[in-house]
Amino acid sequence: MTISKKAACNSHGQDSSYFLGWEEYEKNPFHESTNPNGIIQMGLAENQLSFDLLESWLAANPDAASFKRDGQSIFRELALFQDYHGLPIFKNALAQFMAEIRGNKVQFDPNNLVLTAGATSANETLIFCLADPGDAFLLPTPYYPGFDRDLKWRTGVKIVPIQCTSRNGFRITSSAVEEAYKLAQKRNLKVKGVLITNPSNPLGITLSRKELNLLLNFVDKKGIHLISDEIYSGTVFDSAEFVSIMELLPNRNNPQLMNRVHVVYSLSKDLGLPGFRVGSIFSNDRLVVAAATKMSSFGLISSQTQYLLSAILSDHVFAKKYVAENRMRLRNRHAVLVSGLRRVGISCLESNSGLFCWVDMRHLLSSDSLEAEMELWKKVVYDVGLNISPGSSCHCAEHGWFRVCFANMTEDTLDLAIRRIKSFVDSISPIKNCRNSRSKSISKWVSRLSFHDRECDR
Amino acid sequence: MAIKPLKQPSSASSAAVRLSKIAVSNTHGEDSPYFAGWKAYDENPYDESSNPSGVIQMGLAENQVSFDLLEKYLEKNSSDATSSGRVSSFRENALFQDYHGLLSFRKAMASFMGKIRGGRAKFDPERIVITAGATAANELLTFILADPGDALLVPTPYYPGFDRDLRWRTGVHIVPIHCDSSNAFEITPAALDSAYSDAESRGLRVRGVLITNPSNPLGATVKRAVLEHVLDFASLKNIHLVSDEIYSGSAFSDAEFVSVAEVLEARGGRGSERCHIVYSLSKDLGLPGFRVGTIYSYNDAVVTTARRMSSFTLISSQTQQLLATMLSDEEFTAGYIETNRERLRRRYRMIVDGLGRAGIECLKGNAGLFCWMNLSPFLKEGTVGEELALWECILREVKLNISPGVSCHCAEPGWFRVCFANMSEQTLQVALARIHDFVERRRGNQ
Repeated sequence: MTISKKAACNSHGQDSSYFLGWEEYEKNPFHESTNPNGIIQMGLAENQLSFDLLESWLAANPDAASFKRDGQSIFRELALFQDYHGLPIFKNALAQFMAEIRGNKVQFDPNNLVLTAGATSANETLIFCLADPGDAFLLPTPYYPGFDRDLKWRTGVKIVPIQCTSRNGFRITSSAVEEAYKLAQKRNLKVKGVLITNPSNPLGITLSRKELNLLLNFVDKKGIHLISDEIYSGTVFDSAEFVSIMELLPNRNNPQLMNRVHVVYSLSKDLGLPGFRVGSIFSNDRLVVAAATKMSSFGLISSQTQYLLSAILSDHVFAKKYVAENRMRLRNRHAVLVSGLRRVGISCLESNSGLFCWVDMRHLLSSDSLEAEMELWKKVVYDVGLNISPGSSCHCAEHGWFRVCFANMTEDTLDLAIRRIKSFVDSISPIKNCRNSRSKSISKWVSRLSFHDRECDR
Repeated sequence: MAIKPLKQPSSASSAAVRLSKIAVSNTHGEDSPYFAGWKAYDENPYDESSNPSGVIQMGLAENQVSFDLLEKYLEKNSSDATSSGRVSSFRENALFQDYHGLLSFRKAMASFMGKIRGGRAKFDPERIVITAGATAANELLTFILADPGDALLVPTPYYPGFDRDLRWRTGVHIVPIHCDSSNAFEITPAALDSAYSDAESRGLRVRGVLITNPSNPLGATVKRAVLEHVLDFASLKNIHLVSDEIYSGSAFSDAEFVSVAEVLEARGGRGSERCHIVYSLSKDLGLPGFRVGTIYSYNDAVVTTARRMSSFTLISSQTQQLLATMLSDEEFTAGYIETNRERLRRRYRMIVDGLGRAGIECLKGNAGLFCWMNLSPFLKEGTVGEELALWECILREVKLNISPGVSCHCAEPGWFRVCFANMSEQTLQVALARIHDFVERRRGNQ
């Protein structure tokens, strides 16, 4: 007997370099004491900077994690609660938290919120609701590699890229959007919408009002949907710089357009809780909400977790403090990486959010080609010992860009990573070679003999 | 300034794009007439003290008889762990999103599943894939084993949720294997063959058979001989076999439940690569809210793919952690399994005896949270229309929400699924008294 075409294909994207880097890291993971020569994971967009804040809140509020409310056990109630409308106290708290992150410039009606097991599930669910197999969504490049799986795998929907380049800081332009649409038409694909990530992964920049408005104009004209994945909204270093798509809708006075703009959110990045699987869809279209709610049966959030998080997020004083402190720590960390790279002649796209930098290593390529990028990437993974994500895995139109994460490690580890990069840059620059005797003291290890050259899955 | 979304007209402009076909279809099954039963309950729910004449919910297969055991365990074990001890594992736990699932959780599940089968089958933690509930597990398996337009054979009567779980987003068809009361609704070779031919004549490619063992809604375990035959049939046709064993821990006696895992072990694993078991803690442990499901597959390609696909439906690591600890507590699990079975058996006896006293027969059951009640003698004619009329009467007059057989695609009108484990014993007695009165009234009227 055979398995389905979906199962046998590789739309899950697991063979891409993005995941390969992870595999190599798993085989030889850096550890400060036990494996100081190991590979440092810089390909994982996790936020580990603010756990202490959550931990001290938990220590002060033990009931939330023990199925108690005001000293009374609510275990039974939670154990039985499987209503796909979600725990009301949690949805209310989440809606308020989302508003707080947007400086209360937007309000989210909890009745229009759908809970899902992570943003992974939210994005897939929305695509299932908005597009039929064979239809297409336009996505600006570079984009999160996981979208190839999340938006396409089981849905049968295609992604057509809106190409963005460094010529204008990877900003989305009208012509790029129009071109993407034409490309889709040429391929006989029915475009059902545009999906943006704002703030952007992997760029780490917030989208400008100009970009958001041109996108709204476009989807309005074409009568299609706009999904805004705002999973990184709480990581904007200066909250004033983040404009949610929802802010721009009321002024347009266009109820039909409003119905076609949907927001995805999650607590995986802002709160650093990817294990808890907390995602949400917000839509003004009650039909979308209804359909997505039913679909959420396939990926509900554990009631145990909904309860714990409702307690944390309903503590408004704490939530506000957390968001502010978290932003500051991310800003500082970002500065460490950016300045460290600058000192060795490596620049980053100027960014104001996210858990990563979009690093320009074009000048280190042997040629302007995919092969050269992969060659450089392998050197960085194996010789320098850093797992970073090559731009090609994010479908970047240009070669030589890499996403480097900074929030999933200690500051000491980040400093070590920067030293390793310095050592690497020095070693490949003939002028600097004789100057830098310190390069010998940074341990190298034998390249792994069993590296399998796999083609990147495009 | 708070900006609330404006009120929307009910339909988008004709120029604008529509929602997907899946979004607007009604394959989710929620527009079915018997959802009116839920509505009636929601509007007028029974409560012992505050609303003694309200609707008693007997349409919900929940297990509420053993919560005290869980609560006692939690009490005992939360006092052992210091508050700081719990918090220091928080970071690691909160970050854990590996789709392999927590190893300690998988080990605990494998062990628990083995215990439920009286140690007659052993489960390898590396073959366990985690999903947010059996709902997700069944859909996921369908995505993996079948292409859109293909078919799965499912014996009737079956759990109404399958119409959504197996078909909605997958585009796969369910072709029924018709079973009837002539032989206690057991799956016969003839019925299997007939279903397969039926699919073929409709131009549908059959990819597998999906059985629920113990059966929902029958409340009975599938006999070993039947399992053997279904397995042979799957081998002959070179198709898959999915065994949803979500009620395995709810068999009243461990000895009566035979899992497909046992049959495979007895065969030395021959033919196992076509077999996949679905399990969940929603019924046996009464934890539907925690969304804990698993796929256990003997097929490596299925395990690998299912794992990757489970990204869409992982179990909260917080919940995995809690259950890993609970289910690896030998004393707790042994005690729980035995006591839970005993209590369910008791409840079953209570309802069957009570119904018997009212002259109502049930299918001989030995598992699950419900009984399969035969009201066909009460139908003027054996039609679906009559069954639904009776159902509505029981809902409105007797104020009991039970599930009509037609909602389970039963080929024979007159059968109803009645749940008994989601209420107190007193409430069950009230329900039985109401049924008794109802039957008396009808007799009086004839």
